[in-house]
Amino acid sequence: MPEKFDCIVVGAGPAGTACAYELAKAGVNVLLLERGEYPGAKNVMGGVLYRQMLDEIIPGFYKEAPLERPIVEQRFMLLDKESAFTISYKGLEWAKEPYNNFTVLRAKFDQWFAQKAVEQGALLVCETVALECLVEDGRVVGVRTDRPEGDVYADVVVLADGVNSLLAKQLGFHKEWRPDEVALATMEIIKLDKKVIEDRFNLEEGQGCTIELLGDATKGILGTGFLYTNKDTVSIGVGTLLSGLIKHKIKPYELLEYVKNHPMVRPFIEGGEPVEYLAHLIPEGGYRSMPKVVGHGVVVVGDAAQLVNAVHREGSNLAMTSGRLAAETIIMAKEYNDFSENMLDHYRVKLMESFIGQDLKKYKDVTSFFDKHTQYFEKYIPMLNRAASQMLAVDGLSKWEKQKKVWQTLGSTGEKLQLARDMLRAWRVVK
Amino acid sequence: MHIVTCIKQVPDTKVIKMNPKTNTMDRSSAPAILNPYDAHAVEEAVRLKKRYGGFVSVLTMGPPPAVKAIKTCIELGADEGYMITDRAFAGADTLATSYALTQAIHKIAKQKPVDLIICGKMTIDGDTGQVGPGIARRLDIPPLTSVIKVVEINREEGYVIVHRKREDGYEVVQSTLPCLMAVEKEINEVSFASLPNMIRAARYEPHIWSVDDLENVDRSQLGLKGSPTIVSKVWAPPKPSEGEIISGTPEEQVERLIQLVLEKTDRLASKEVAQ
Ligand SMILES: Cc1cc2nc3c(=O)[nH]c(=O)nc-3n(C[C@H](O)[C@H](O)[C@H](O)COP(=O)(O)OP(=O)(O)OC[C@H]3O[C@@H](n4cnc5c(N)ncnc54)[C@H](O)[C@@H]3O)c2cc1C
Ligand SMILES: Cc1cc2nc3c(=O)[nH]c(=O)nc-3n(C[C@H](O)[C@H](O)[C@H](O)COP(=O)(O)OP(=O)(O)OC[C@H]3O[C@@H](n4cnc5c(N)ncnc54)[C@H](O)[C@@H]3O)c2cc1C
Repeated sequence: MPEKFDCIVVGAGPAGTACAYELAKAGVNVLLLERGEYPGAKNVMGGVLYRQMLDEIIPGFYKEAPLERPIVEQRFMLLDKESAFTISYKGLEWAKEPYNNFTVLRAKFDQWFAQKAVEQGALLVCETVALECLVEDGRVVGVRTDRPEGDVYADVVVLADGVNSLLAKQLGFHKEWRPDEVALATMEIIKLDKKVIEDRFNLEEGQGCTIELLGDATKGILGTGFLYTNKDTVSIGVGTLLSGLIKHKIKPYELLEYVKNHPMVRPFIEGGEPVEYLAHLIPEGGYRSMPKVVGHGVVVVGDAAQLVNAVHREGSNLAMTSGRLAAETIIMAKEYNDFSENMLDHYRVKLMESFIGQDLKKYKDVTSFFDKHTQYFEKYIPMLNRAASQMLAVDGLSKWEKQKKVWQTLGSTGEKLQLARDMLRAWRVVK
Repeated sequence: MHIVTCIKQVPDTKVIKMNPKTNTMDRSSAPAILNPYDAHAVEEAVRLKKRYGGFVSVLTMGPPPAVKAIKTCIELGADEGYMITDRAFAGADTLATSYALTQAIHKIAKQKPVDLIICGKMTIDGDTGQVGPGIARRLDIPPLTSVIKVVEINREEGYVIVHRKREDGYEVVQSTLPCLMAVEKEINEVSFASLPNMIRAARYEPHIWSVDDLENVDRSQLGLKGSPTIVSKVWAPPKPSEGEIISGTPEEQVERLIQLVLEKTDRLASKEVAQ
């Protein structure tokens, strides 16, 4: 007789583990299935973990979790071929408790987080792939795994199986993602001496810095690059919509090589030894791509539900909060012993009321807007660089003449009008 | 039938790094795994249990994280797991290891008499293959090493027939029971664990004994004190030189090969070869 649990969570990433943690804490009998050798074994993230959302689940987690560095500075570099226009904020209020965010390495972090769920009573089984949901009379009643005697039953199944979510696809909750709904990100972890990292990024001991790279980092293709400091490594990566890669016929690792060799980037990583190469999809379709997230006996959380805020490179926090909200609904459903879609829909309502739904709505058109209007990345970022260069070069020209020249770099009157219109349009999309 | 399998957690020597200064293994650089030979030992015990009925216990001596290796054995179908762990055991060589394990086997046998003990052929970190025979000697039971097949076990009449691997074939050996076997990898294919076993293992908590839990222990035979082995020097084997890949037509290759052989054997003959 196959065993029956109250709940099965598929996938021990941030979403699934947060959900299993909350369920186990409330005394729910939960099985957490993970296909990796251990949680995090193959999981990929640039590495910024936001404090707030995990603090709501495990208060004061940062006192014991395996974190790399608290971030005290966030830089944004708008790159042209041989120049960069940089905007940055550094604040020492972020260098002390309770901190703002941290860099993490997922292989370590996910293991720790899953162990916390196990301590609460969740049953973690690794190296086991959930192949499909078991469906009876239109309701999900369990999952089939790849192991002998591999069926296992539950009142409710939580799909936290990440961006590809084959299980949600099989249920017909979503189709194969279109190339303009997912970004492909590649990254490398590069080993460097602690002290070298701190010197190059202008940091005090133990502090961290993030740099987002826009413009020429992706050769003008819509996407971003990043450079994050870990304890004794830096993470460097680049992600662009799959559609952009296809359109420009560029291979993802070529783009990574390009950004690593960019003259504005190279000095940060010079002499470092690459220790890991990783690639992963990021769901970036946002609000408009959100699949069905509840059914009879099933809910979908995290990347599997396309819960990523591409503009602010937030994903793990949305994943954790969605996992927590799903757990709250399941605990309630258990009290009423009702796991119908109608009851579980409470999760969807809470999700849309939370910052997740609000943020996804706010930015619902951003990705498609910038994907359609290529001038922002291809034209305006280089233009900004030229203007800054003109303005800051001390070359004997009077400041009057300089301003005139800068004005000229913006093009003809028609082009200037276009620029003004474009800026207004962009503002409307992100505001 | 009660089968006790001795298992050890080892660093995965396929990926381990050596510390070039001290010439010792950097154990933190490699994940800890169940000694591969011991996985075959557990698999065989579970298969024998399926064939003849019975009960499989696993036993390890090791530090607390070795619980993970016991759980792996539960995944493979073992029924119970025992771990002896104590500072007093630290630094044991094969003599002291087999002594401590034997004392633990006595205690397990008090709860349920033991018919068969199965060990791996050797570990991948110590490589001696001495612990199994050491236990057999201390228990005064026959050691059957290099076992590649268990042909028959007859508990009523108290014998077992096995195949032992030899360089020129195999040997058919009959022994009395109880006995100890040390198994080779070819004895079986380790199965892919079933989901119920995975779930059982995730829940399972092994019996953990310290030295005080064992009876009639002579402490002078434990750990570093009980270990006469002296390690005078440890070194990493030198990397073999790269060698040469010979290419060209078969004739050219043969010619080059002969030339190399002659050069290596110190004969001055490249001219004759060319002819
Ligand atoms: C390069 C890159 C950089 C990023 N940077 C950031 C960042 O800086 N900050 C941030 O917040 N977010 C970032 N993200 C996004 C973030 O990684 C994701 O949003 C987050 O990991 C989603 O968590 P999840 O639990 O939903 O999915 P995942 O983390 O993908 O976890 C899914 C888990 O399910 C398991 N699984 C999948 N299928 C099965 C199956 N069939 N059976 C069993 N197990 C299964 C997987 O092994 C995995 O452990 C980045 C992503 C990438 C790719
Ligand atoms: C040159 C050398 C130097 C060493 N130096 C030290 C040292 O300084 N300090 C130190 O602590 N150790 C040291 N050891 C390790 C120690 O001697 C052995 O690891 C230990 O006694 C077991 O021997 P083995 O690994 O060779 O096992 P083997 O005899 O090869 O193992 C055969 C079988 O016995 C069983 N078995 C072996 N060990 C255990 C166990 N612990 N629990 C349960 N079953 C087991 C398994 O079934 C295994 O397959 C050294 C080993 C060598 C070879």
